[in-house]
Amino acid sequence: MYEFDWSSIPGALPFLAHGMVVSLQITAVAILVGIVWGTLLAMMRLSSVNALSWFAAGYVNLFRAVPLVMVLLWFFLIVPHLLETLFGFPRGSDMRMGSAIAGFALFEAAYYSEIIRAGIQSVPKGQMAAASALGMGYAQSMRLVVLPQAFRNMVPLLLTQGIILFQDTSLVYVSALADFFGAASKVGDRDGRLVEMLLFAGAVYFVICFTISQLVRYYQTKLKTA
Amino acid sequence: MGYSWNWDVLLQPSATGDGTYLGWMFYGFKMTIGLSLSAWLMALILGALVGVLRTVPNKALSGLAAAYVELFRNIPLLVQLFIWYFVLPELAPAALGDAFKQSNPIVQQFVSALLCLGFFTSARVAEQVRSGINSLPRGQKNAALAIGFTLAQAYRYVMLPMAFRLVVPPLTSEFLNIFKNSAVCSTIGLLELAAEGRQLVDYTAQPYESFIAVTLAYVLINVVVMFAMRRVEAQVRVPGYMGGH
Repeated sequence: MYEFDWSSIPGALPFLAHGMVVSLQITAVAILVGIVWGTLLAMMRLSSVNALSWFAAGYVNLFRAVPLVMVLLWFFLIVPHLLETLFGFPRGSDMRMGSAIAGFALFEAAYYSEIIRAGIQSVPKGQMAAASALGMGYAQSMRLVVLPQAFRNMVPLLLTQGIILFQDTSLVYVSALADFFGAASKVGDRDGRLVEMLLFAGAVYFVICFTISQLVRYYQTKLKTA
Repeated sequence: MGYSWNWDVLLQPSATGDGTYLGWMFYGFKMTIGLSLSAWLMALILGALVGVLRTVPNKALSGLAAAYVELFRNIPLLVQLFIWYFVLPELAPAALGDAFKQSNPIVQQFVSALLCLGFFTSARVAEQVRSGINSLPRGQKNAALAIGFTLAQAYRYVMLPMAFRLVVPPLTSEFLNIFKNSAVCSTIGLLELAAEGRQLVDYTAQPYESFIAVTLAYVLINVVVMFAMRRVEAQVRVPGYMGGH
């Protein structure tokens, strides 16, 4: 029978906490940029200008067809090299954190834009017509009338996507960046206690994601009855 | 930008002398397809079972099914993969764990990846099956029970034949996901498509060609699956329902 030894966890907590900060930073920035860029993509996709809507459709379909791991590998192995040659960045500068955030944000924007597009389309057409009748331009009607209603309906889906994104940040493992999971597996390797550290990491992710998903569900039922 | 493109590198004999670099890629392609399809089969069977259990009146059974879904949905795929690969062989009964550790490394990687993807995806399939069953008009179940069907018969002859047809379109995106998620298995050393991409970068020193080729292979899988599923969806469409004729 396997003998558990959890003793390496207490001493490693500061290192693990630092890893968690990295995970949360990547999540927060990627959600923010992802939603802004995703909103723009959704508006382009619904625009009557063909060039814009084709660009948005191509972008979204390309990113949705490729595994996140592949996108991250592009951003870790190829994009830094490209930036070095294009902009003369010093060779070998550590761009892993920046690459990770850029990769996640650009990838998640594709998924956010699909949620936001559905949200915009769920707002009755009459709202746009009424806004135009009041003399608002396209940008004004979008900003003041359509998007506020669309986002209100989308909040649960956007949050759920945020939970998925938080879980996916563990994939920065492919770049050896010490996020929470990377930190846990490093400590496990160092102390020969990989079994305990992996179970501990799994438990921490579970508690965080389960709690937030229950809150989202609670908010969703409140939204329905409101 | 000073990069010399050389697509011919893919056709050159590989450094290890076993065919060409394109051959490496094809090996990874087959691994990705084989792994994803077998995990999908497992996810469909388990997911259908768990999804049905979530809707039964028995509180213990539906609670157990709910716990199953929450467990596999709230832990990152990578963590689950590492637990299957590194942790469970240690915790399993000694005979089983040792047999696993002494088997061929490729078998170890494949089995862990299969179990991981299968269970992970089954939780998502279960959610779709549950919402398919819940979307049926309540009268169907009541009518079945009223004419004397047992609960099992009501599921077997009335509810499931409808629910399984309704659930096909939402399952398409899960089917697409399993191919993409299989790329995570490169982290335990399984030589699937993404892992071959990394190898290609290391061996050929032509990173752009290698990654573009592998990325296009994923796009190809995506397109083929999408067209195939569109045909399946047309076959199982229920007349009178959303998207029916």
